[in-house]
Amino acid sequence: MTTMVTTKPSMWTNFSTWANRYRKWLFAAPAMIFVGLLIAVPLGWTLYLSVTDSEGSVRAASNLVGLSNYFEVLTDTDRFWPAVMRTFVFTGGALAVELILGMCIALLLWRPFRGEKWVRVAILLPLVATPVAVGMMWRLIFDPNIGFANQVLSWVGIPAQPWLSGQYTALPTLMFVDIWQWTPMVVLMLLAGLTSLSDEPDEAARIDGANSWQRFWFVTLPLMRATVIVTIVLRGIDALKTFDILYATKGKGGGSFHEVETLNIYAFGLSFDYNDYGIASTVLILFFLLIIAIMWVLTYRRKANRS
Amino acid sequence: MKRQSVVRVVAIVAATFFAAGALTACSAGSGEDGGSKTLRVTLANHVWTDTIKSKLPEFKKETGIEVELSQYGEDQLSDQYNVKLNAGTDEIDVMMYRPLQEGKLFAKNGYLADLSDDVKSNADWDWSDFQSGPVGSTTYDGNVVGVPIITEQEVLYYRKDLLAAAGLEVPTTMAELEAAAKAIKEQNPGVAGFVARTGKSAAVTQFSSFLYSFGGDFIDKNGKSGVASPEAKEAYAFYGKLIREYGPENVSTDMSWPEAMAIFTQGQAGFYTEADSLYKNATDPETSKVSDTVGFAPMPAGPGGSVAYNVPSWALGINAESANSAEAWKFIEWATSQDLTLTVQQDGVPGARQSVWEDPAGTSTYPADLAATIATSTKNGVGHDRPLVIKVPEAREIVGDPIVIAITGGDSDAAADDANDAFQGILDDE
Repeated sequence: MTTMVTTKPSMWTNFSTWANRYRKWLFAAPAMIFVGLLIAVPLGWTLYLSVTDSEGSVRAASNLVGLSNYFEVLTDTDRFWPAVMRTFVFTGGALAVELILGMCIALLLWRPFRGEKWVRVAILLPLVATPVAVGMMWRLIFDPNIGFANQVLSWVGIPAQPWLSGQYTALPTLMFVDIWQWTPMVVLMLLAGLTSLSDEPDEAARIDGANSWQRFWFVTLPLMRATVIVTIVLRGIDALKTFDILYATKGKGGGSFHEVETLNIYAFGLSFDYNDYGIASTVLILFFLLIIAIMWVLTYRRKANRS
Repeated sequence: MKRQSVVRVVAIVAATFFAAGALTACSAGSGEDGGSKTLRVTLANHVWTDTIKSKLPEFKKETGIEVELSQYGEDQLSDQYNVKLNAGTDEIDVMMYRPLQEGKLFAKNGYLADLSDDVKSNADWDWSDFQSGPVGSTTYDGNVVGVPIITEQEVLYYRKDLLAAAGLEVPTTMAELEAAAKAIKEQNPGVAGFVARTGKSAAVTQFSSFLYSFGGDFIDKNGKSGVASPEAKEAYAFYGKLIREYGPENVSTDMSWPEAMAIFTQGQAGFYTEADSLYKNATDPETSKVSDTVGFAPMPAGPGGSVAYNVPSWALGINAESANSAEAWKFIEWATSQDLTLTVQQDGVPGARQSVWEDPAGTSTYPADLAATIATSTKNGVGHDRPLVIKVPEAREIVGDPIVIAITGGDSDAAADDANDAFQGILDDE
């Protein structure tokens, strides 16, 4: 009886001291384990599939083939490397225009003016539209025969353009759609950065006689560096992974000439159309590494610049 | 102090339990109702599905089985099957699938249950009534894995008014077709002489009848690729030329049937080659501006004659993992009965039952020229409209490449040679 009384509280005390000391881990553990599994299990599975010749069904027997999938993909100049190039052209082009355009609009919206609220709402409209619906809408607008875009061109006497259906015009057209849809988000992020700036450096520059371009280039922009980099990282990753508008307008394979086939579309086609799970996983792992590398470069440069 | 720590421990334990509970709830999910009589049926968006859907209450009255219907577009349906069947789901019981597109792959993967005994279980239902061509493509390794529900043949859709205005007869040869398309395009500004599918993969099936009519096939008699044969090269060049020279301005190379059909039904084309199972789109005044002037004719004859495909485009199968296979079979038996097949066929969907075709009521709702056309093409039709391999999607892209090259004015002969090598590679792998 006495022993029970003495040991039981000490066990409790031991446990509660331990739990108390590590309580931040203990409380966070369920969520951390959950998230960890959610990321680690699919990633591990993809990694495993990428070294097998799995095809047809993932439940069918498959053999370990080592790194031969990686060799096959990395030497594929027919589909893989063009897809890599398109991914970068699409992301780089769209991102650059979105940043410049976004910065211009953000600067215009920075100072209060009449009807500001309405303008902001109007600018944000493309952002709230569903990407697939956006894709379908632009597909109708850009239809070469009955679309609105060619009708507008005919009013001003410009011959009809193939837009989405042209081998060389499809990707730029889709970049335009991406810019149309995502510039508002860039505006929003840059505007948030601008409003948090203090007026003093700008005023000091004004007193020193700097013109408005100099004030933007030498004062505002350097102060905005962190915001701009965050915007580039977030929008850049998003643009790299673009899938919905490409798939909604051009379907599997990105058109008859694979003219808009980015890495994401390629990987989707490999797994859901060709059922070539081994190769598809390899492409996805390479894509994943690519994104990690870009993120690393951007954050590393940011740290290097700061120090 | 002691009391406080106890409370803390209880709180921690409770929190852990909640989290764990949430996790198990996620993983358990549905699927625990194994004994229920709810049948999960996955169907494609199709006129066939609309008719069956409207009759479902009758099925429930007859059998007491509740049907939970999921409906998808063709591509979404494929993706659904890919994900769910790959994971070994038992959440699909009856599945509508494309025997020529996915049949081989699904059967090889063991996704489709063996129905060989079921089809013989009911003499009144009469398995022998189903046409042998379609049945051949729902049979894998001697086992029946599906029941064909929809058949289709390629036919020539044409505009009676434009043809009459040009003073031309309905073309019966490829040369006449080309001449007529040329005449119509020249006489009617803004109207194309000819339109058809142009997408690399989508065009393959509707190109196939051209290929056969020129005397070629995707796979030759020796089981080798026939894509680079002189006949095939001629067919590629001809199909491409029809669209390039007499097709719509700025023709897209992404067109599948919805886009091509839209051009025809908007009155912007004189001829259109397409599957007959889509004819309602052209004859229904609600969707078509040319509903009263559309005519149907057999494929014009090429050097190899007038040879159209005659294929089962859709079939019903049972998921091998289904726990309700008996009920699933009841559904298939009901949906493919003589009566329902007749009803569906009268709604415009060509079926696979010979008795329904022989019954005058079976074609009573069809335009007379279409019924006559179908009768011709079922007689000498080819049983496939795409390369019959396991990797159909990949093969379609390969053999479809010369079509696109021909349409855009490139060297389709060279493209056919390239396609031949790539396609032979697929054949060698299988």
